[in-house]
Amino acid sequence: MTKDPFNVVVTGVGGQGNVIASLLIGAMLVDQGYKVTIGETYGASQRGGSVMSHVRISRTQQLGPLMPPGVADLVIALEPSEAARVLGTLGNPSTVSVVNTRPVHPVDVICGDLPYPDLAELFAKIDSLSRESYFISATDSALELGNPILANIVLLGAVAGANLLPISREGLEKAVSEYMSPDKVAINTEAFVRGIDLVRGRARD
Amino acid sequence: MSLISKDSPGKELLLMGNEAIARGALEAGISVAAAYPGNPSSEIIGSLAEVAQEMGIYVEWSINEKVALEVAAAAAASGLNALVAMKQNGLNVASDFLFNLNLTGIRGGLVLVVCDDPSGISSTNEQDSRIAAIPADLPLLEPSTFHEAKDMVKYAFELSRSIQNVCLVRSVTRISHARGNVTLGPLPDRRPVPYFDTAKSLSTLPASVTHPTAHRKFRQARELLKDSPFNRYEGPEKPELMVVTCGSGVLFSREAVQELGLDARVGLLKVGTTWPLPETFVVHHLANAKKVLFVEEVDPFLETNVLEIYARHNGNLPAIEFFGKKSGFAPDVGELSPGLVLGLLSQLTKTPLPTRDDRYSADAQDALHRFAPVRSLAFCAGCPHRASYWALKKALALDGRNGVVFGDIGCYALGVFATGFHQAKTLHAMGSGAGMAAGFGLLGKLGATQPAIALCGDSTFYHAAIPALINGLHHRSDFLLIILDNSATAMTGFQPHPGSRVDAMGLEARPVVLEDLCAALGAPPVIRDPFDLEDTTAAIYDLLQKQGTNVLILRQECALVRAKRNQARRKVEIDQTRCIGEECGCNRLCTRVLKCPGLNWDAGAGKARIDEAICTGCGICAQICPSRAIDVQEA
Repeated sequence: MTKDPFNVVVTGVGGQGNVIASLLIGAMLVDQGYKVTIGETYGASQRGGSVMSHVRISRTQQLGPLMPPGVADLVIALEPSEAARVLGTLGNPSTVSVVNTRPVHPVDVICGDLPYPDLAELFAKIDSLSRESYFISATDSALELGNPILANIVLLGAVAGANLLPISREGLEKAVSEYMSPDKVAINTEAFVRGIDLVRGRARD
Repeated sequence: MSLISKDSPGKELLLMGNEAIARGALEAGISVAAAYPGNPSSEIIGSLAEVAQEMGIYVEWSINEKVALEVAAAAAASGLNALVAMKQNGLNVASDFLFNLNLTGIRGGLVLVVCDDPSGISSTNEQDSRIAAIPADLPLLEPSTFHEAKDMVKYAFELSRSIQNVCLVRSVTRISHARGNVTLGPLPDRRPVPYFDTAKSLSTLPASVTHPTAHRKFRQARELLKDSPFNRYEGPEKPELMVVTCGSGVLFSREAVQELGLDARVGLLKVGTTWPLPETFVVHHLANAKKVLFVEEVDPFLETNVLEIYARHNGNLPAIEFFGKKSGFAPDVGELSPGLVLGLLSQLTKTPLPTRDDRYSADAQDALHRFAPVRSLAFCAGCPHRASYWALKKALALDGRNGVVFGDIGCYALGVFATGFHQAKTLHAMGSGAGMAAGFGLLGKLGATQPAIALCGDSTFYHAAIPALINGLHHRSDFLLIILDNSATAMTGFQPHPGSRVDAMGLEARPVVLEDLCAALGAPPVIRDPFDLEDTTAAIYDLLQKQGTNVLILRQECALVRAKRNQARRKVEIDQTRCIGEECGCNRLCTRVLKCPGLNWDAGAGKARIDEAICTGCGICAQICPSRAIDVQEA
């Protein structure tokens, strides 16, 4: 991380595991001596709504639980339209985005009140709002591993593989063991390594 | 080994504010902790429950907040340290007891943590609890960081033991539900043996004696808090602007000062002991102020009480311009945000706000307008409430008398929105749906013709609906109470309740069975599975035709609880040849009307599809599909 403070957003839809993803990032960095503050916003909804975690990292100070507009350095999106939503308010020309390609349709789309954006156009928009963007089929990998919830850890692996945060497989194993439970280390490590492989195979600017 | 019970003093962990509060209580040597779950307070007792056996303490999820406070007070009356936690609405429930307990005091230590929810993110209101400290004559502390939350709770026990009365700690969503660095302190290795000294009573009578005692204890607290390290000033000696702030406002304000480069011009008066305020400290700093801005959530509590101090010391203080909610400068509703605090500081100091370049901003606006579709509130895929509301809507339509559904607190409160087909017509407090339905059911005697239906979850039923049910039964009210029994306090994180077979600590508990309880009251319930839509609809319709107070239990496990077990689920598929989409005439009943997140409308093909990453296999859509195009395979 070249900047202090460094502001990360983990975003997605309720139930996609973004709270765990941000907790693990935070745990790995606190273990390295950083001050980390994590705040969550979920609008008026926890069920099916947008959920966003602000992960704020500094060597020197405990920052507030929410970041001001336009200061995100890294956006990790478990759902592509949520990446657009976050970049719309918190993005800036230096923001780097790591995005799961699989959409989760809002009920407003399911019931026909709204269209879901065209995926190719959506990815292009995310790319135009980012200095670099990485599109990862994290849910597909997670389904191959047997549980769609693992998409969050696949994305963390991609973040590590692209060297966007000082996090590693060893750090993840320690954090999962300490903050979740030792019996979850194996499956999460597998998902994390998948993410590293995916991003190294598919990265693009 | 759980995080909060680690016996490693000096170790730095990333803890949620609520975990930090729980750790502070452990470091203070609590023996008992009790609460009724309510966000944003739930993880305090939740995390203590996980370590209860290992730490040798007693932790319970109580039936409601008043009983939780009573359980904690019994421990504190017997010389122990006890913690009780609740959300802002819970303090209302506990207040009847609190406003008498403050008169007798306690003999150990009792800390009541109340977690407010500015903007009502997971609440029906955004009530500011702090005001209760004033009439209750009790001290109130407000942490502004995660580490301070831990230290403050530990200190609150010391204060409580010193004055032999309850100490209040007020947290907010942005502390309780956020995470940050916390450095662990030592854990005590011994706890006192409980003993209630019967030589002296703990009676409020007469108030002419006990009220002055409460005042004496309060004055003692004022003395102990006057030089508290929880109150600090940072910034220039004679600031152009002084920000007076507490709680979540402290971090937001400090950062806004830095962001705008105002370190040399703006000072920060951080108050941690918000009641009683440290008067000498406040007066000392007001003497250096020209302009004061109050930054706090939600009501102008600091503002009112600092202004009161200013008024009394007016003769010795300079003329000061005050800006806050009372002056009309800051919004008087809703939570704080970095953007809001930046705006207030920018305006008062005439400092420009940082902006993004115009081209990026325009592109960002376009992203928001065209690429970020709104996500409306919805029940989870496979939520039994969606099925219950579907059956209810159908039964009410068949009944044709424009029945009124009185809603209540829980996930099913979303029934006022489209996801519950707008069926619930009222929403207030725990148990008030049953109370209002019982009241409406009596209006038939005055000529009302609409049937009355109350909805209430299993946990809400135990918490506050039982008296309403008894009231209805006793007065021969005509109403139907539907208990949506999903076997957990789902909204707040699946805590057990009095109907559960295990308690908070994971030990065997004696379930107070819903149907036995209702039967004993004289209302033997009808029990149905809401996933059987036809059967449930018929049961609701039949009960609406019956006079008197009737109870229907719709029993089906919360989809998230089921998912936690990772049990194989039924596989649902839409046969793409049998789904005739736009040709069907159903007008997309499964997607447009049912609105389950497990379904997708494939606009290209003009057919519905199942999203296999989201569907939980409840099979409701298969029951409503007129073309019978949806197949459900048993796991």
